Amino acid sequence: MAGNLVVGTRKGVFILGRRGKEWRIEQATLLGDPVTMVLGTVDGALLIAQDMGHFGVKMKRSRDGGATWEDGAVPKYPPKPEGVEDIDPTRRTPVPWDNKRVWALEASPRSGELWCGTIPGALFRSKDGGDSWQIVDSLWNHPGRKGWFGGGADYPGIHSVLIDPRNESTIRIGVSCGGLWTSRDDGATWTLEGRGMRAAFMPPEQALDPAFQDPHRIVQCESAPDHLWIQHHNGIFKSDDGGRTCWEVQNAQPSSFGFAVAVHPDDPKTAWFVPGVKDEKRYPVDGALVVTRTRDGAESFEVLRDGLPQQHAYDIVYRHGLDIDAAGETLAFGSTTGNLWLSDDQGEHWQQLSSSLPPIYCVRFAA
Amino acid sequence: MASVHFTPNLARHIECPAATLPAGTVAELLERYFERWPNVRGFVLDDQGEVRKHIKVLVDGRNLRDRRRLMDGLAANSEVYVFQALSGG
Repeated sequence: MAGNLVVGTRKGVFILGRRGKEWRIEQATLLGDPVTMVLGTVDGALLIAQDMGHFGVKMKRSRDGGATWEDGAVPKYPPKPEGVEDIDPTRRTPVPWDNKRVWALEASPRSGELWCGTIPGALFRSKDGGDSWQIVDSLWNHPGRKGWFGGGADYPGIHSVLIDPRNESTIRIGVSCGGLWTSRDDGATWTLEGRGMRAAFMPPEQALDPAFQDPHRIVQCESAPDHLWIQHHNGIFKSDDGGRTCWEVQNAQPSSFGFAVAVHPDDPKTAWFVPGVKDEKRYPVDGALVVTRTRDGAESFEVLRDGLPQQHAYDIVYRHGLDIDAAGETLAFGSTTGNLWLSDDQGEHWQQLSSSLPPIYCVRFAA
Repeated sequence: MASVHFTPNLARHIECPAATLPAGTVAELLERYFERWPNVRGFVLDDQGEVRKHIKVLVDGRNLRDRRRLMDGLAANSEVYVFQALSGG
């Protein structure tokens, strides 16, 4: 049974609860300010990240389901030493050592430690529930990090943080642009992995270089975490070995372009995507919004339409805009057009929960 | 003594009353202010201690010149205003 559904938007946080079969908005909170990420922590708190524009990134925490909020510590970059050069390799502009956006929040399932991925690409960790954050120096100072380059945002960023539930000292991150990196020693050292991804936006001789990949989102099957699903800029990729190698899914129709992906928590062969016309267009194919699902590890895909608009729909679902509950039955997604849908039967049928929210950045089930 | 005032739009997020403090530079003025109201710092300065890109600081009606180190000098009775820069549409 799904708990609450927490939706971060350009104009605040919306918290939905279920009453019988009906979902409704129970709280609209922190209205007026963009919320780039939300997380229900292991101890039942809600943690959210705001982008205050003029005033920078802020964090807030609620211990009463969103009724009241307290200010949290903001992940802060270290002082940049004089003389250190840190240049985005594509744009040839300096990478600011300043938190521009919180792009990922995750909790280790057992220890409850918090992880935060940001733009520009840094990883932070908190052992005190968000009262303080420490940058992961081994990654920030890694020579490979300076090879990362901006994708959709001006600077590269970490949007996916996967904690291996079998061994929480194994951490994987997804970087746009900069591929898939793994630490197997609690963040002490990092290795670039993800061989097999393909970047059509690079010259042919560099297209398969793992360092130049743009995974839009990476998710892991909680009960079989060697199985990763990757919605990449150039299609869908799958890894069966914890991200060391990936293979390209060739047969997803109507398109394999998109940002979001969800995997069933207990069945690594079942995953969902919200496709769009590929990168230079970015809207649903033929204006018909669909969810695609595979149940057989990408041997085949079903196109799910029931309850979704099939004419003049121009919704795009951002990379954190799709989520599945812990039971693997209920999915929800929200779009740039402020539409929010939910399915209680793994995507067979969808109900629209709202058609008038602000542009939706992230959708997440919380306890 | 110099005075510092903040945009009312900042007061929506955080307590930031005007204050009059002894200071020879804008950096000194803000550092003294942040000793009393530490949470205001992150709204005005970025992680490197520079004035945020979209914050406008006026010293006696003139734009702050040293946005990196805030070393602009202050006179007795100087007035410093911290506003939002107008950007975007």
